[in-house]
This record gives sequence, C-alpha cells and structure tokens, in this order.
Amino acid sequence: MDLNLNAEERQFRDELRAWLEAHCPKDWPEWREKPLEESFAYLRSWQRKLDEGHWAAVSWPKEYGGRSATLMQQAIFWEEMARVEAPSMANALGLGLIGPTIIAHGTPAQKKRFIPKILSAEEIWCQGFSEPNAGSDLASLQTEARLEGNDYIVNGQKVWTSFGWVADWCELVVRTDPAAPKHKGLTVLLVDMKSPGVEVRPLRQMTGESEFNELFFRDVRVPKENVLGQVNDGWNVAISTLMFERGSYGARLHLLFKRNIDRLIELSFKFQRNGRSAAHDPLLRQKLAQCYAEIEIMRLNQLRAFSRVTSTGVPGPEGSIQKIFWSELNQRLQQIAQEMLGPYGQLTAGDSLAVDGGIWSYGYLRTRGNTIEAGTSEIQRNIIGHFVLGLPRSY
Amino acid sequence: MEFGLSESQRLLQDNARKFFQGECPMEEVRRLMETETAYDETLWAKMAELGYTGITFPEEYGGVGLGKVELILLMEEAGRALLPGPLFSTVALAGAAIDAVASTEQKKRYLAKISSGEARATLAMLEGNASWDLGELRVLTANDRLTGEKLFVPDAKVADFIVVVARNGVFLADSKAPGISIHAMKAMDLTRKMYSVRFTNTPVERLGSVTNLPGALDTAAAAVVAEMVGGMQRTLDITVEYAKMRKQFGKPIGMYQAVQHQCADMYLETESARSAVYYAAWALDESAPDAAMAVSIAKMYASDVARRVGNRGIQVHGGMGFTWENDIHLYYKRAKASETALGDSTYHRERIARLAIDARAASSQSA
Repeated sequence: MDLNLNAEERQFRDELRAWLEAHCPKDWPEWREKPLEESFAYLRSWQRKLDEGHWAAVSWPKEYGGRSATLMQQAIFWEEMARVEAPSMANALGLGLIGPTIIAHGTPAQKKRFIPKILSAEEIWCQGFSEPNAGSDLASLQTEARLEGNDYIVNGQKVWTSFGWVADWCELVVRTDPAAPKHKGLTVLLVDMKSPGVEVRPLRQMTGESEFNELFFRDVRVPKENVLGQVNDGWNVAISTLMFERGSYGARLHLLFKRNIDRLIELSFKFQRNGRSAAHDPLLRQKLAQCYAEIEIMRLNQLRAFSRVTSTGVPGPEGSIQKIFWSELNQRLQQIAQEMLGPYGQLTAGDSLAVDGGIWSYGYLRTRGNTIEAGTSEIQRNIIGHFVLGLPRSY
Repeated sequence: MEFGLSESQRLLQDNARKFFQGECPMEEVRRLMETETAYDETLWAKMAELGYTGITFPEEYGGVGLGKVELILLMEEAGRALLPGPLFSTVALAGAAIDAVASTEQKKRYLAKISSGEARATLAMLEGNASWDLGELRVLTANDRLTGEKLFVPDAKVADFIVVVARNGVFLADSKAPGISIHAMKAMDLTRKMYSVRFTNTPVERLGSVTNLPGALDTAAAAVVAEMVGGMQRTLDITVEYAKMRKQFGKPIGMYQAVQHQCADMYLETESARSAVYYAAWALDESAPDAAMAVSIAKMYASDVARRVGNRGIQVHGGMGFTWENDIHLYYKRAKASETALGDSTYHRERIARLAIDARAASSQSA
C-alpha cells in the first residue's frame, strides 16, 4: 500500500498540468450561461483541442488515440480537470462509454470508421437503451429490428436519451429475436441519427430543463455491418457499456462534491441558526462534518476499487457500491444545504435573493435523479446481492 | 499510487487469518468469554512467538518494526475471529502510548517485555465523566503518587502494568503496586472484560507528557476500527450464508430483495469502513498532515456502521439472530464496546468539524 504518486503518475500529472495551464480556456463560465446550441459548439472545440494533445480519452489504448492510462492515472486526470474547472467534453458518452464498447466488441472496420471521430467530437454519440416499458428491466425492451436484405428495419421508442438532440450516432439496443428468452434476443446496432424515420423530441424534467430526449424510430434502415458484437449477443455488449458507466463515473465527481461541501462550510458562517451562525449550531456542525467525511470515504472507496481492477480497465459489479454511494451522498449533501438555507433554499435562478444563483434549489431537485439514472439504487443493490454476495436471483 | 496490499502484507493477513481460525475458533471464544478474564496463556505465548505482540514496535526495543498498516491488518483478523484477551489493550493502547511518550530507556524496558510476550498491559484513561478529551481529565499525580479512579479499563485484571493518563502526564503503574484495586465492570461484551481501577496513593513512574499522546490514541482508534471491520465482515459473511440456506415460502430468504438489500448495505458499509481505516493507517505511517482527520473519519464512520451492520445481520437472521446460540450477538456486543472506545461517532464528528469548519474560520480571519 502506497498512496503517494509514483514517478510515472507524477510525470503524467505534471505533463497534464502544464498542458492545461497552456490550453484550458478561462472563459467557460460566461459560455455556460448561453443557449445550449452555442455552448455545445464551445465544448466541441474544447474537446478537439484536448484530442490534439491526446488528452481526450486517456483511458483508451494508445493505438486508438488514448494514452493507455492506468485507472490511477485516470483518477488523476479527472481530479486535475476538476481542479482547474475545465469545461466538460462534448462527446461525453462517446468517450466514456460507447468508444470503449466499440473498442471491446467492434470489428476492425468499425473501429477505423468510428473511433477517430468520437475522439475529435466530429460525431457526437447517444445511447438508446431505456424504453417507456423497459427501465430497470432493460432486457424486456421492445424496439425491434428485422433483417430485410442487407439492412435491419428498426421500429420502436427510446427514452431518457442524453445528447439525443445533437447526436450524430446512437448505440441502440434492439430485439432481433422475439422468440428467444429476453436476454438472448437482443442486438446492438450503431445507428446514424440522420437516417430517415428517426425523430428526436425533448423530454422536460422536474428541474424545468431538457437534458434528455425521447427517440422515435419508424422503419429506420440500418446496414447489417453496423451490428456491434454478435447478433443476439447484444445483452453482453450493453452490459459492458453499463459497467463503464458505473465504475469510473464516481471518480469525476469527487472534486465537484468537495467544492460543494467547501462552499456549504463557507455559507455556514453567513447563515444564522438559533441565534448563532450555522457553523456553530451543534446539529448542523455534525451534519456538515458527516458529509465532509463521507465525501472523503467516497474518494477512498474509488481508489481502492481502482487498485483491485486489473489492467483491462473493465470494472466489475463492485462498481455498484460507488454508484449507490455517490448518488445517495449527493442527495444528503443537498438536503444539508436546504436545511441551512431555510426559506432561501427554494429560490431559483433569476431571483435576486437566490443563493449562488439558485444552484442549491436546482441541485436539490436534480439529485433526485441521481438514484434513478444509470441504474436505480434498487438495481445496484440487486447486483451486489446476486453478483457480489452470491445470493439467488430475485427475478 | 497503490491502495492494494503488498505481497508481504497479504502474507501477514493470510497467516493471521489462518492462525486465529486454527487457534481461536468460535468454540474457544465462547469458552474464554465464560472465564473471569477471557485470557489464555498458551494462546498469548503463541501470538508472542509469531511477533504479534511486538508487531509495530521498533526492533531496538525487541519489536518486529512493522508499520501501522500491518498493525491494522492484524487487528482486522483479530476482530474477525472475535479474539478475546488483551492483544488490543497491550499492543494498540498501552504499547502505542509507551512508544509515543516514554524515554528510550523506558521503551527498552517495557516494549521489550510486551514484544516478548512476557508482559501484558493496558491503558487507563476514562474517568467518571467518560470523556475522551484530555482536557477534561481530573486525576493527577503528586510526588509520583496517584490517587483516583479510572473506568472502562479493558483487560486490567491480566495486565502486568497499567499506563495511566493523568492531567499532568502519562504514568505507568505496576499492577501489583500498593493501593491498586481492580473491580470488574459488568459490560455487554463478554469477550473483552472491562474494569474500574482505583488508585490510592499508588507509586507510579512518569513516562512523559500528554503532548505526544494524541498520536498514540489515533493509532489505537485505527486499530479498534480495524477490529470493527473484521467483525463487520464476519457478520456479513454469516448473514449471507444464512440467507442462502434459510427457506421460507419455499425459497431461500436471500432471494427476496428486502433481504438482499440489507446484505448489500452491509457490504457497502463494511467496504467503506475498510477503505477509511486502511487509508488512516497509511496516513499515520506517513505522518501525513491529514492523519488525525483520516482517523476521525474512520472512527466516526465505523462507529455508526458497525452497529448498523449488526442490526441488519440480526434482522436477516430473524428469530435465530435473537438467540444466545447464534454467534451474531457476540459480534454485536463487541461492536457496541468498540463504538464508544476512543470516542463515538458524535465525538469524532465534532473533531472533524473543528478541523474542517473552525480551522477555516481561523484561517479566513488571519487572511
């Protein structure tokens, strides 16, 4: 056990720091407020710049344009990005989930065709997984694809699609064998979002914004060379995408959470409670300290998980504890903010008295989604029960 | 950066696990807990032979010279086995205190005896107000004589010497010295006996000032958390085993999500406490600036989740979990004793608050 950075890790960090120092834009906060179309163009060009420096997908193998970074180096990468408050990358799903899935399951032709444009943000990707009747029970999905000559004909509907409005391509899970047991009849298709018959609609969420879309497919033709992995083996392909989603995402959140608790501690000196500052209220002090500690434990869990995972970089079912931990912790953090801010906690962006521009009322609502998106807390606990502890399946 | 164990650390862990499984299975734990002191001389001698009693003490004092990470790996296995007797009291409490505050000559004398297995020891700190704050201690010595009472002293009856934390310093009393009377306190945990120790004009030897004691108490806190993690792991293991085997409505109860989710939470809480204490031990070894914070985070978290893991384990066991026959209550009672030892979660949250909140106010005022 040695938690000091080794020579290679230090070199990686120093090189990244120097690069960020020279290239990371400082004007992102101004752009963040602009309409999504404009700010997204900004994020695209930022990702292109990162790719030019070979920093867009550090976890990817060198031969595909990454740096074959170890998990520890990946953790360093996200910490450094957060430290300088770097903008996010436009093609988040392409880089984090879909690219790695294509690298793991794709044909040489598919890799050659798709990988470079994922890196450069020339083609933005979305994920077509959930459906109105297939959420937690993803394998029961009904969007169907039937082979007609050299094309699959796709019909159906997807929901909760991030980046749907701007995506060029979609990793789409479809049913290709309706007669087979539900996990055995699925296939993953790589679908051009400009194909005739694809319709994208915004989905308005409880925060008032539309981060997500609904996708409709009506007789959409997809050439059969766009099958990712084997026909009817789509469940395994989809699962590897979900594992990437659960395993590494927590690493990016630590600094964000840290910044939030630091800000809450700062605010605790400004807000009054029972005639003294909230910082000196015995109950709120305890809650802030608890939250502070749990944020540190989240970091340590992540580092320990990274040390366990082999060099393949494919996280196992243990990733589920990270997902449960960060999502539920984030809700507790927002609840503490609400308790401290009292009536001010409900004020939203645009109100002149809103604290920090309304981020706390937004965060309070947005974090309700954390324990639902990317696999509900219930599903994560099922995964731990069955795959980690070896308890019999409940369904 | 490597958060996993090294080859030699893994070996130590494996050996300790096998040793405790072989030498101190649950039948032996149950036999010892019914004895007056829960202490077994033969078992102690074997542990000393393996170097467990001197694991972290410098070689010049007869110890093995390993680090805090090795100490907590050993304590985790001891906790998993629910090891009765004074290993924790001797090594992590008294030994760590001597190592932190005593003179070279005193360390040579006392740590060598501990390391060789010749002597057992404990630490007497809490008084009637049961506060772990050094500033709230009342007992003090005059002319190297001590009068007063200490409570909740683990394993005092088998200790050859007792390290006493007083208002004016850290002292050592021979347990056979005049004026000492030791009485059992009847606590829940039968595997680690607690005592009140009354001193009446007892001659004591000064070891040093309390200035360096907090570091030793942090080591002890990390050690107790490691024991708790071992206990949580064992509680989880026997609970999962039971959930697979016990059938109701024609199916193993572990198939029902209400049961699975209890087990999943036990797993999450156990692993999180383990991450916290491994880091704390490493931070202590490295004298990292956040070592005290890391220890408080670990003790705060473990103090709450060890109880919670026990609650869940008992609940999943149903009626069986409420019996004397099932082992789970033994772990549950140890967890309760460990929860309050060296500060419970409320105490450590306050310490975290001082470091994270008050320190900020101080730095912003000076800026």
